[in-house]
Amino acid sequence: MFKKILIANRGEISVRIIAACREMGIVTVAVYSDVDRAALHVRKSDEAYSIGPAPAAESYLRMDKILDVAKRSGAEAIHPGYGFLSENAKFAQACADAGVKFIGPTPHSMEMMGSKTRARQEMEKAGVPVVPGISRGLISPEEGEEVAARIGYPVMLKAAAGGGGKGMRLVHTSGELRSALESARSEAQRSFGDSEVYIEKAIVNPRHIEMQVLADEHGNTVWLGERECSIQRRHQKVLEEAPSPVVDPDMRRRMGEVAVKVAQAANYTNAGTVEFLVDQQKNFYFLEMNTRLQVEHPVTELTTGLDLVHLQIRIAAGEKLPFTQSDVEMRGHAIECRIYAEDPDNNYFPSPGKITLLLAPSGPGIRRDSGMYEGWSVPMDYDPLLAKLIGYGTDRQQAIMRLQRALGEYFVAGIKTNISLFQRILGDADFREGKLDTGYLDRLLAKGNPEITSDALERDKKALESIAAIAAGMFAVLDPVSPGSKNGDIGGPAAIPSNWKRKGRSETLR
Amino acid sequence: MVYEVMVDGKPHRLELETAAGGWGCRLDGRPIHIDAVITRGDVLSLLVDGHSYEIKREQTANDLYMWVGSTCFAVELRDPRSLRSRNKNAGDEMGARKILAPMPGRIVRLLVAENSEVEAGQGIVVVEAMKMQNEIKSPKKGIVKKISATPGAAVNPGDVLAIVE
Repeated sequence: MFKKILIANRGEISVRIIAACREMGIVTVAVYSDVDRAALHVRKSDEAYSIGPAPAAESYLRMDKILDVAKRSGAEAIHPGYGFLSENAKFAQACADAGVKFIGPTPHSMEMMGSKTRARQEMEKAGVPVVPGISRGLISPEEGEEVAARIGYPVMLKAAAGGGGKGMRLVHTSGELRSALESARSEAQRSFGDSEVYIEKAIVNPRHIEMQVLADEHGNTVWLGERECSIQRRHQKVLEEAPSPVVDPDMRRRMGEVAVKVAQAANYTNAGTVEFLVDQQKNFYFLEMNTRLQVEHPVTELTTGLDLVHLQIRIAAGEKLPFTQSDVEMRGHAIECRIYAEDPDNNYFPSPGKITLLLAPSGPGIRRDSGMYEGWSVPMDYDPLLAKLIGYGTDRQQAIMRLQRALGEYFVAGIKTNISLFQRILGDADFREGKLDTGYLDRLLAKGNPEITSDALERDKKALESIAAIAAGMFAVLDPVSPGSKNGDIGGPAAIPSNWKRKGRSETLR
Repeated sequence: MVYEVMVDGKPHRLELETAAGGWGCRLDGRPIHIDAVITRGDVLSLLVDGHSYEIKREQTANDLYMWVGSTCFAVELRDPRSLRSRNKNAGDEMGARKILAPMPGRIVRLLVAENSEVEAGQGIVVVEAMKMQNEIKSPKKGIVKKISATPGAAVNPGDVLAIVE
């Protein structure tokens, strides 16, 4: 087993990996950029080294600096987390060349899955169901029209090197195809430096369901159940759950077996996720494979009772999987809410800044993976994910109730968060019935804020208004910190809370 | 102790005094039995006729909020005896208002020039953070007296971006 591991990441995932290492008696090495000196992952690690300025391209994406820290600190392995260098085959190769174990798949597997057309070709060869279309770049608009006529509109144009919705175009009629292809190609060229665009049938209102797999370096591969990830916005997942409300044991087994086939076709090792699009008839099609630990891995951990990071480390150290497929059992239901620093009242615009107050929930059935703390300033340079709140229960209903309870206790001041969005989703009738697809969240948000429309809520709010008024007065008496002193007045010094004044006030009251 | 409290723009008169075993409280002339304890900074435990409330106080660069459970109220507190708050009160409606950066970020561009007339809610500057752009708006109708924001510059929360009079 490794004695020391470097974590080439930041934020909540870094903290989560450090926890696993500490549990296993492994010394941890953190890296940090200039704006992350006070970040939680630096506080929690055994060793920490600076790797440069705030922009990720000058710090967390710098392979040379990270490998240099590995060498200096004597780390034997690197866990890349998710994002940053986690799916970079060149980095995995550079680690191998430097004699440091990369905790993840081989560069070869990553390369195969990195190009969507190449992955499609390999999967067709392996007999894995893919969305009807072609598995190479389009040569001309004429070819595109011909294929589209064969598979039927609507069709989707996709960048081979794509991700995050970039270089993707939905085309409804043949008239739109030529200009859509041109704009998809130029966007792909700008975003990925590769203009290859292919075509496949558009699945209308699909679900996005993914299957967790785990493979050791001795040829053993298992699947660990699905995650329903249909609740997305701007191609970013917002809430995930396991199991999916629509997957029955038979479908789960079939999806799992296909996922194992996908992993084996890529000679895959370590933890990976096979993403599927699922249509309204519950046909599932291979979409892509994510060659890393996923943000939403905790819902699988809670429903299988396994620790995926422990297992990743053991696999990377050369151990065999300590169980077989028939040992894997799924129990209960888990739902994850991604807490982002973003403002629900301002179109979910990112909201970095200092956290002035943080009240965090815990208790039965609640897991919280967090990278924030009170007094910390959320930097503006990175992804706005602050923490993940996961509810677990014997069934979906109980998981929802526990999350609603915990979300009510979760309070973050100083910055805006999307906590209120989850109360809306969890209380929504369609969500309760499991009627989900990738358009669900946009439809929910288009409905507008229920607070304005519901009379009952309006009455409740009115009753609470007097509570707010009394509270404001009691705060002023018991804990005066010059409320409103910064309220736009010009020139004057900010009112300094004076102990004399405070004392004087409470004396007058007596 | 008498306060004028504005809650979401609606005025209330709050009278507080110590009484045997708690606080004497009248809200808009109506007596209410309350008990209040600060449990930690910015968190108040308030009992009103036996009902328990946890209230969180949030102060931003510009405003004061009370969170009752998950419901948020914008609050302004005035002590009618205080000259300072009377002056400030006048300033809110008639005087100059600073426009402060609500978050750390970078100035992308200016939307108005100095000395131009603006409406309440009109965009003044665009600030970028976490790869997204945000328009900072004027809190009042008036004239832009000064713009201290320069495109490309980094700003911290509370930094003055402009002054509208």
